[in-house]
Amino acid sequence: MIRDITIGQYYPSESVIHRLDARIKFIGTIAYVIALFLFDTFWGFLPALVWLGSIVVLSGIPIGFIARGLKPIFFLLVFLVIFNLFLTPGEVIAEWWIFKITDNGLENAGFMTLRLTLLVIGSGMMTYTTTPSQLTTGMESIFKPLGVFKVPVHEVAMMMSIALRFIPILLEETDKIMKAQQARGADFESGNIFKRAKALIPVLVPLFVSAFRRAGELAEAMEARCYHGGKGRTKLHPLKFSAGDYISLVLIIGFVVGMGFIP
Amino acid sequence: MVRFENVTFEYIRRDEEGNVDSITTALDELSLHIKKGEFIAVLGSNGSGKSTFARHINALLKPTEGKVVVAGYDTTDDDNILEIRQRAGMVFQNPDNQIVAETVEEDVAFGPENMGIPTDEMQKRVDEALKKVGLYKKKLESPNRLSGGQKQRVAIAGILAMKPDCIIFDEPTAMLDPGGRRMIVETAHELNKKDGITIILITHNMEETVGADRIIVMEKGRIALEGTPRQVFSKGEETLKKYGMEVPVITALAQKIGLDGCILTREEFVDAYVKALE
Repeated sequence: MIRDITIGQYYPSESVIHRLDARIKFIGTIAYVIALFLFDTFWGFLPALVWLGSIVVLSGIPIGFIARGLKPIFFLLVFLVIFNLFLTPGEVIAEWWIFKITDNGLENAGFMTLRLTLLVIGSGMMTYTTTPSQLTTGMESIFKPLGVFKVPVHEVAMMMSIALRFIPILLEETDKIMKAQQARGADFESGNIFKRAKALIPVLVPLFVSAFRRAGELAEAMEARCYHGGKGRTKLHPLKFSAGDYISLVLIIGFVVGMGFIP
Repeated sequence: MVRFENVTFEYIRRDEEGNVDSITTALDELSLHIKKGEFIAVLGSNGSGKSTFARHINALLKPTEGKVVVAGYDTTDDDNILEIRQRAGMVFQNPDNQIVAETVEEDVAFGPENMGIPTDEMQKRVDEALKKVGLYKKKLESPNRLSGGQKQRVAIAGILAMKPDCIIFDEPTAMLDPGGRRMIVETAHELNKKDGITIILITHNMEETVGADRIIVMEKGRIALEGTPRQVFSKGEETLKKYGMEVPVITALAQKIGLDGCILTREEFVDAYVKALE
């Protein structure tokens, strides 16, 4: 069913990592990404692997699920390996026809692959363990200080969470419109890519019209329920730091500082 | 509770240069008084001004002329708007387009959040409201998984959590199946009886108006007919047809088989039928 699709590929569970404050996870992810670029010897991967490994184990997410997250970057990884392997100058260690593998190339290829893989898995862990709505609330809270510079932080967060709610509804509507058009002889499946793109116009127009109508009605309903922007608003589930969050914060700082000392 | 004093509302359409293109008078010197705890049903054909009327009660629209007073607050004063909207909640027609949040519980909390209610108090209100509409067990679910009738009940709970004095239903059953319809109308009656909440139910469906204290039939922005369901439905088919209405099925049936009096409910029908048999 189209209604069941999840965005941001959240993996529902009650693990320690899932229960952490969204802000901690966001900050932790940023810190982890920075840390991955702090070192340039293979020794640096050891603590990074241990760090990521313990998060994965604590989160209780199956390895298969995480591996699936690497699928989209698989070809990128293959390209990176090929280019680095054959095109880096250095001392040749193996040679066949016009292909030469150098020691530097081997090192670079391994380095890049490991770094990119860790990067993708690491940032994936945030979306696997945090619901989109928690993430939005967390980001709103983190970026709140930007309000001083007239950045509409609350409004952007509200827009994001409404968009998330309406994605499945609009997908279903697209499906309905397409079926209605197909029933009247529209053809979305044959012809070249331009033809097919053109065939989508009669789907997009009613979809946009309906989206605007929905937006208008929703705005009215929100207003009727006293919505008047972020001022004086309270939250049903306000973000609160627990002991676990403080411990995580200390661990994150310790990790980044430690990574900085690796030669 | 709600008072309309000679209210006129005009939709003004302008052309590109800003000149007045056409004026549609949606409400025409409407005067009306709704008492606290009343159950009012508003009928009328499309374009009769029902929805415009409803939107005036919680200050989504403001009168062009005249005055609307809700719970002692004048809707034309901008400082009163939040007070009015908290006291007079509104349930709209399309269940999907009035749910804001991604879980049932958070959606119910949307109103109280806007009012700035403290968190502990808010959780209490949300739980209470969800229990009242019978959806407490679904509180952590996504609204996308609920049926139309359940979504409408979430919308009602969202208003109950704001502790309103009055709820306006703007054709809440138009997009629902018969089961969902009955449930919504029953919920409205229950809130009216148990909690003394004033209900204003706008509808196309004659059956839904039978239990009301008073029916208001609108036409061209004015009140065309007014009275208890019995008074209104005994006006005869001719009069009702003129305003795009018809008598409820059960009343029509009773008339067909020649039962006396104006029969509106199943119970009355059974009683009258038994009496006629004897």
